Amino acid sequence: MMKALIKEFEKVVGKDNVFQDETDRATYSYDAAVLEPVLPALVLRPTSSEALGRVVALCNEHGLPLTVRGAGTNLSGGTIPKTGGVVVLTNALNRIIEINEGDLYAVVEPGVVTAKFAAAVEAKGLFYPPDPGSQAVSTLGGNVAENAGGLRGLRYGVTRDYVMGLEFFDVNGDLVKAGARTVKCVTGYNLGGLLVGSEGTLGVFDKITLKLIPMPPAKKAMMAIFSDMNKASETVSAIIAHRIVPVTLEFMDNFTIRAVEDFSHAGLPVDAAALLLIEVDGHPVQVEEDAEKVEALCRQMGAMSVRVAQDAAERDKVWEARRAALSALSRVKPTTVLEDATVPRSKIPAMIRSIEDIAREYQLTIGTFGHAGDGNLHPTILTDKRNKDEWHRVESAIDAIFDKALSLGGTLSGEHGIGLAKSRYLEKETSRGTMLYSRRIKAALDPKGILNPGKIIGE
Amino acid sequence: MQDMKKLAQLLKQVEDQLVVCMRCGMCQSVCPVFAETGRESDVARGKLALLDGLLQEMFKDSTGVQERLSRCLLCGSCAANCPSGVKVLDIFIKARAVITNYVGLSPLKKIIFRKMLAQPELFDQLMEWGSRLQGIFIKPVDELLGTSCARFVSPLGDRHFSSLAPQPFHRAVPFLDTPAGASGLKAGLFMGCVIDKVFPRIGHAVLRTLEHHGVGVFIPREVGCCGIPALSSGDTETYNKLVRHNLKGLASQDLDVLITACATCTSTIKKLWPTLAEELSPPELEQVKTLAGKTMDISQFLVEKLGVKASGSGEGGEKPLITYHDPCHLKKSLGIAAQPRTVLQASPAYRFKEMKEADKCCGCGGSFNLQHYDLSSAIGKHKRDNIADSGASVVATSCPACMLQISDMLSQAGDRVEVKHAIEVYAESLDKK
Ligand SMILES: Cc1cc2nc3c(=O)[nH]c(=O)nc-3n(C[C@H](O)[C@H](O)[C@H](O)COP(=O)(O)OP(=O)(O)OC[C@H]3O[C@@H](n4cnc5c(N)ncnc54)[C@H](O)[C@@H]3O)c2cc1C
Ligand code: SF4
Ligand code: SF4
Repeated sequence: MMKALIKEFEKVVGKDNVFQDETDRATYSYDAAVLEPVLPALVLRPTSSEALGRVVALCNEHGLPLTVRGAGTNLSGGTIPKTGGVVVLTNALNRIIEINEGDLYAVVEPGVVTAKFAAAVEAKGLFYPPDPGSQAVSTLGGNVAENAGGLRGLRYGVTRDYVMGLEFFDVNGDLVKAGARTVKCVTGYNLGGLLVGSEGTLGVFDKITLKLIPMPPAKKAMMAIFSDMNKASETVSAIIAHRIVPVTLEFMDNFTIRAVEDFSHAGLPVDAAALLLIEVDGHPVQVEEDAEKVEALCRQMGAMSVRVAQDAAERDKVWEARRAALSALSRVKPTTVLEDATVPRSKIPAMIRSIEDIAREYQLTIGTFGHAGDGNLHPTILTDKRNKDEWHRVESAIDAIFDKALSLGGTLSGEHGIGLAKSRYLEKETSRGTMLYSRRIKAALDPKGILNPGKIIGE
Repeated sequence: MQDMKKLAQLLKQVEDQLVVCMRCGMCQSVCPVFAETGRESDVARGKLALLDGLLQEMFKDSTGVQERLSRCLLCGSCAANCPSGVKVLDIFIKARAVITNYVGLSPLKKIIFRKMLAQPELFDQLMEWGSRLQGIFIKPVDELLGTSCARFVSPLGDRHFSSLAPQPFHRAVPFLDTPAGASGLKAGLFMGCVIDKVFPRIGHAVLRTLEHHGVGVFIPREVGCCGIPALSSGDTETYNKLVRHNLKGLASQDLDVLITACATCTSTIKKLWPTLAEELSPPELEQVKTLAGKTMDISQFLVEKLGVKASGSGEGGEKPLITYHDPCHLKKSLGIAAQPRTVLQASPAYRFKEMKEADKCCGCGGSFNLQHYDLSSAIGKHKRDNIADSGASVVATSCPACMLQISDMLSQAGDRVEVKHAIEVYAESLDKK
């Protein structure tokens, strides 16, 4: 890269925030997706809004590909830069600017860590529900750019449902304001709607206004065990048909149950076909009532056993099993491929059966857990990417899983995004027209194609 | 310089452990160094990726990687929190050895480790001169003091030092062999450099306690450093020498338990001696394993073997507050956290109060403190703030290296908080009985 340009960047962000060393750059060449790393030409860490805007403008002027990076925990290659490109870090833009208790909103910079924000909000008796499994490290900018979900999606929705306003830099470094701090806002196009989930391809977030809600005063968790996958799935449908919307309705298959039991010896029944973890929240009286109804439904639908947590410690124990799922699975083999296929709720048994068939056909180990309430499954392929032959079978299996999810009326990705990993499948789910429309938007907003090129819609 | 292929080959020995990292990034939430700098090369994921890069011959700058690897406290917070169970410390320690072999040990460290630390008698002698000449000491010995677990003397920067004790423990008690008393137990004592040379008072408190409980004690005539300073700098040659030397002094004895009051020594003996022992002969390896199996932290010994209990009398009243800092090498590496608290609560002199983030690293990290003093202090300052916020007049811990760092931080801030080892608090309560 030109010396003069580097000098210019140094002026904008400060010398200490320009990483040129190959060794430093190498640590921004990957994310949590199982993909080949790509070395960026330069890494920049702006410490102010102005600097962030200047960086975007400079990259555009010089036609440099720009990839914004939060915590780098996305699972689809969204922060793997383009060769010769620049990685821009947001972790120095990490201030919570305002938490407004009267109007129930907060304004944050994009690099604020999700869990820190949730804790700050909770300290004021308020609630920010989206809780991706990575929340201890993920950034709010990354959450918005991926439209991240989490365990509470069924009742509380996903990140999109909490974005009231966005200020972002367009490719020229001009600040664009979308949305407002009010519940209602119809001023102009719904630009926020376009930018949420755009994976850094349409603009760079500078400030985010998030909706907050009151903290529900009570909650209750339980674990139901089934000898038959279908029964578990029918239970999920029955609960919702009875007009109860639990906060979480999580599911684990037999393989995952066995892995968790091996790992944490929590006393799970290793011969169970499926396990549901259910939590209801709300006002204490209603919570009691809902919990009783859900328990009765589980039994009625043929659960082998139902365990209702009586206090905080027992509740913790119930959730421990779910928290341990990924840990337990990832220890089975060196490489863990966390997939994200999502189907309509009622199609879960069909999807699970297909995943089992696919595992057999391609001779692979696959454990499945996920958000049963949302139909959002995480088939987790356990493999060793150094085994070339097996890795080929993994790739074929992923194709097969997608095909199946689509044929069941589902979608490629519930929450992990498209990034590089899934861009080639996008047209399959949507249409030629969708691709052209999306590419035209991209070309209009980013004529030189410098904003996170290759992600979502391909090159 | 040798070719990259060679280095990649040498790194093969950690490959199976390296591939376990799934790059999830969860270690960012606990790494004390990353919390200060926000740089990916400072967190476990970044360092593991760099090692992977060297292994794949993606880039060539092995010195650059060595430099990044040194920016790590070896505190184990990442490993304790890793969903994938990556053996981060094993990898880092092995990789440091491989890369050091490849690029060579710095000349200064060569003198320090090979010429001094590996020869315990000479080391002791030098340290004694050091204690007399404090303040006007020459550089190599200053570095020596620093790298052997932590810094002890004063010439560098504006640190506030715990100085070398006028009489090291091994001078006061060069050898001891007393029979088992009322407890029926016989314990070996492994003192460790920092207690021996800076805090001999801890050694005396251990003796006082064991005597009180009727435990027979064996202290060998010469026992050297546990080897961690050399090992963490990648010098396996010196490390192996030290392990052998220590074995000679201890293995022949018929002991029920080997006690240490230094968390770092405890975890080195228990976790590293048996696993990083490629050079040892099979019988030596057997001895190491037996010894490691018998090794216990002093508080763990008091609670688990002697049945010491919290008295409860520490509740309420006008008593001064005491708080506790968890050394990483005790809690994260060995899961020992409740026992020292029990020991503290066995003393009627104080009321116990938890500080915030009691198990957050103090930032010492042995030679890390010397090489990256600014970072180390920035991390230590958080610890200081949490101690001050607790309102305690005494902070206790279980590792003399943490005591050095915490003393430095408290005294720079002008706090009037005493720093003690848990066993000192316990021994004091015996004296008052
Ligand atoms: C263990 C684990 C568990 C996970 N669990 C979940 C889960 O339950 N639900 C879920 O939805 N996801 C989950 N994820 C995926 C991932 O954590 C989320 O996608 C998260 O939102 C990414 O946040 P981040 O800060 O790491 O973003 P990054 O990975 O750094 O970036 C993600 C994308 O956002 C873009 N971006 C980042 N900041 C900005 C900005 N300021 N402006 C414009 N674009 C930006 C990047 O360019 C990139 O395309 C999990 C991941 C892991 C490793
Ligand atoms: S938490 Fe473990 S698996 Fe995840 S990136 Fe860190 S070391 Fe790797
Ligand atoms: S050992 Fe401690 S300092 Fe080193 S990478 Fe892990 S958490 Fe960070």
